[in-house]
Amino acid sequence: MKARVIVTLKSAVLDPQGKAIEGALRSLGVAGVQSVRQGKVFDVELAGNDRASAEGALKDACDKLLANTVIETYKVEFAE
Amino acid sequence: MKPAVILFPGSNREQDAVRALRLVAGAKPQVVWHAEHELPPGTDLVVLPGGFSYGDYLRCGAIAARANIMDAVRAHAAKGGLVLGICNGFQILCEAGLLPGVLVRNARLRFVCREVLLRVERADTAFTKAYRKSDLIRIPVAHGEGNYTADESTIARLEHDGRIAFRYARRDGQIDETDGPNGAINGIAGIYSEKFNVLGMMPHPENYIEPEIGPTDGRGLFESLAGALKAA
Repeated sequence: MKARVIVTLKSAVLDPQGKAIEGALRSLGVAGVQSVRQGKVFDVELAGNDRASAEGALKDACDKLLANTVIETYKVEFAE
Repeated sequence: MKPAVILFPGSNREQDAVRALRLVAGAKPQVVWHAEHELPPGTDLVVLPGGFSYGDYLRCGAIAARANIMDAVRAHAAKGGLVLGICNGFQILCEAGLLPGVLVRNARLRFVCREVLLRVERADTAFTKAYRKSDLIRIPVAHGEGNYTADESTIARLEHDGRIAFRYARRDGQIDETDGPNGAINGIAGIYSEKFNVLGMMPHPENYIEPEIGPTDGRGLFESLAGALKAA
């Protein structure tokens, strides 16, 4: 089973890298960019086909390692 | 005094820490590989050195914080044992949950390698007895992710409990957040655990101990530790 974990900064946390990218896009003349926040994507392959247990495992992975929940939140998506 | 300096893949200041413990505190530190499960018997101080453990992959200190040896470090800290994390070591302590908060990218996005002025916030801990409260000391920093942050209630608790160890200061002793090297909230350069036996700090006291090299303001920290552990 394939899943994608998306880790992003909480909205209250400043993201200087996102700001720098936002500025760079503006200076490149990309139209209409209002703001940019940077995050991380993890594509994970899991054994078996049980979605509930996969969700449990990925939550465990996020809480233990993939996200620092002091500043980040995460969500999990499954490939259809 | 029996210090153990933990070596992770990508640590690079462990020999500086060893040298400071030898020269200033007269100790014979043991370097302990991260994959070990136990600290050497009788260890009374654990040092997590600076560097770039695991190449800073994922987040600074994130993977090192989950190394085998960290369970032993956690147990040592829980018993009241002293733990000092410098630079990457501070990041590892935060990721390991031994200190609250997190160190994020410097506000100006640049790696900062220079001398800073630190204000010693209290001189009654095992790490700072050789200083006086409000001393201004010269110590170098070298980091890209030293911007300390935490949620409001955590910061309020740290401030209320007097758990700020050092702040980035100006020459007049005032704290100027915007003028610090990394944008850390309230100018925080180092913090203590609840029982004041764990200290994490971004600056490198181990690099300012020899007059041949420059200022020696870092000696006080190692002198304090030597004093605290001799008395114990």
